Amino acid sequence: MRLHIKNGRIVDPASGKEGSGDVFIADGRISPEGGKADRVIDAKGLVVAPGFIDLSARLREPGYEYKATLESEMDAAVSGGVTSLACPPDTDPPLDEPGLVDMLRRRAKALSRARVYPVGALTVKLEGEALTEMGQLTDAGCVAFSQANVPMADTQVLWRALQYAATFGYPVWLRAEDASLAKGGVAHDGEVATRLGLPGIPAFAETIALATLLELVRATRARVHVCRLSTAGGVELMRRAKQEGLPVTCDVGVHHVHLCDMDLGYFDSQCRLEPPLRSQRDRDALSRGLVEGVVDCICSDHTPVDEDGKHLPFAQAEPGATGLELLLPLTLRWGQANKLGLAATLARITSEPARILGVASGRLAPGAPADVVLFDPAAPLKVAPETLKSQGKNTPFLGYELAGRVRTTIVAGNVVYEQ
Amino acid sequence: MQRNPQLNAKGELQHLLSIEGLPREILLQILDTAESFVGVTEREVKKVPLLRGKSVFNLFFEPSTRTRTTFEIAAKRLSADVINLNITVSSATKGESLLDTVANLSAMQADIFIVRHEFSGAPFLIARHVKPHEHVINAGDGRHAHPTQGLLDLFTIRHYKKDFTGLTVAIVGDILHSRVARSLIHGLTTLGVPEVRVIGPQTLIPAGVEALGVRVFHDMREGLKGCDVVVMLRLQNERMRGALLPSAQEFNKHYGLSGDKLGLARPDAIVMHPGPMNRGVEIDSTVADGPHSVILPQVTFGIAVRMAVMSIVAGN
Repeated sequence: MRLHIKNGRIVDPASGKEGSGDVFIADGRISPEGGKADRVIDAKGLVVAPGFIDLSARLREPGYEYKATLESEMDAAVSGGVTSLACPPDTDPPLDEPGLVDMLRRRAKALSRARVYPVGALTVKLEGEALTEMGQLTDAGCVAFSQANVPMADTQVLWRALQYAATFGYPVWLRAEDASLAKGGVAHDGEVATRLGLPGIPAFAETIALATLLELVRATRARVHVCRLSTAGGVELMRRAKQEGLPVTCDVGVHHVHLCDMDLGYFDSQCRLEPPLRSQRDRDALSRGLVEGVVDCICSDHTPVDEDGKHLPFAQAEPGATGLELLLPLTLRWGQANKLGLAATLARITSEPARILGVASGRLAPGAPADVVLFDPAAPLKVAPETLKSQGKNTPFLGYELAGRVRTTIVAGNVVYEQ
Repeated sequence: MQRNPQLNAKGELQHLLSIEGLPREILLQILDTAESFVGVTEREVKKVPLLRGKSVFNLFFEPSTRTRTTFEIAAKRLSADVINLNITVSSATKGESLLDTVANLSAMQADIFIVRHEFSGAPFLIARHVKPHEHVINAGDGRHAHPTQGLLDLFTIRHYKKDFTGLTVAIVGDILHSRVARSLIHGLTTLGVPEVRVIGPQTLIPAGVEALGVRVFHDMREGLKGCDVVVMLRLQNERMRGALLPSAQEFNKHYGLSGDKLGLARPDAIVMHPGPMNRGVEIDSTVADGPHSVILPQVTFGIAVRMAVMSIVAGN
């Protein structure tokens, strides 16, 4: 299959190239020049960019099919322009055995939509006690190892896990949250939680855990990616760690660069997220850290939750928000707010996560996998349950008017979504 | 920010969920209405027909005797039919969801739901899902709010002190877990009390509480100086030992209200407590039963205040 995309405004964050031109695709890859195309796609008025790469999207399989299925979430991914996604191991059972990982990959492949990169469990059942068979899990397709949102209570196990992973060069993706300090908390410990009478999680639950983690990276030289940074203090620790040359990267969830604890309003359970939405000051520091490159990339942290999980008092409500279909409009909104060009904005969901994931996609260079998205950056998007393909209709942005709609998504040279 | 969910389109009280965000006029309307009911509770026939034919459901997801009883008495004095539901031993343990429980009761033609729940915000969730003619009154949700207790405290203060605008009020003890403290703080600041103090150890003072308009004191003697009103909070048994406090005795030493400490407040200071009291822990018997104590009148006023709230929401 040979495709010719013409008349588009090409934006390739990896090379910084931006301008009008043509993109040719042959045999599943970006091709330097066009021969006779099987299909010509007119991208007049549209941006042509590499497909988006999301470092955290929960597909809810296996185990939570009542919340979402691979079909519904893969539809959501490609309609949001996400062509590659990493899924965290907090399924039921968790992704701690090669057979489970293999099955997930096969199921995803059979659907032939987005590419799925499973993140394996770092410890058996995510219990934080025994290490998983990381070698065999890597052979089965795991790209990294993680505890998802389950904090590691035992620092010695964490140390051993990082030593072991570093021995073989396996990347470890962890959230920084002190298990004891976060215990029982459901909101940022501050004025808003005090007013609403919600048990708080102090900001230092993140910075203490992050300082520990960075010290262990210093000792083990493990490659660590810090997931879902949430505090200004966390951004500063990452800045210093990078200046020092530690092998660390980090991301932020897309909700956390837009929202803060004030958005909880009158106990809006759509704002029950992990990590919690923190203060305005933290939100601004995360956004600025992302502009400066201290924070490497944005992920959707897509977490479909069913209605029953949200129709509960705030503390009992299940944490998480749907995000795959809002990743583009919310990233564009962040870029605009910070007066960034389109290439710099899109880098945070294309070339930067590609670098962390270690994949060749995320760019439009000849020879790269032909994962391409065509979108209209100005087209309005009204966020409503009926417009979301994901089975999770839970988002703090319900009712918002956002801008940015995907028109065509191409994975490995095949058109997998068209609007 | 959403519209205040307690008020209807005309800005009248549809539900009573929290004192926070209520305009001064509505607080005064409740206190004035309660004033008129104090007379009713002192009559030989203690009934008025304001809620005749209405059904009041006492929906308690957390055990309570005192608050539930005062709501029941208040509803009966307004001639309403009262149904008491102790949910902790019925639906919740059978796995029925909060909203299903409410939908079922709503199908039984309820007019007012009195809700107590262990989780902050639960009455807001219920208020969002009831029918337009139904009313929700928060009887205590988690650590968040206990608005009728706050209102009866305000009523008591006004009864003895007449005016709010010159007062210094101290609230002492476990502020962190106290919905009573939060509701009273909002009420006092809304009604113009110039100095509201909270007194307690760091472990029991929540983060950023100054933003509610209070001054924090850790030294009780310092904090009581010049106070017109001293509100002692109940210390829950399970919090008397552990990581928050070493012991009840030690708490009493630092933060228990003794006659000696009370001497630092103004000579005409009143002492309040939402009950039930732990004598010898947060308050000494000599003070609880002494001339400054208005703890029993608080209970009496509580019935008039709850009658006022129910009659006002039912009329809107």
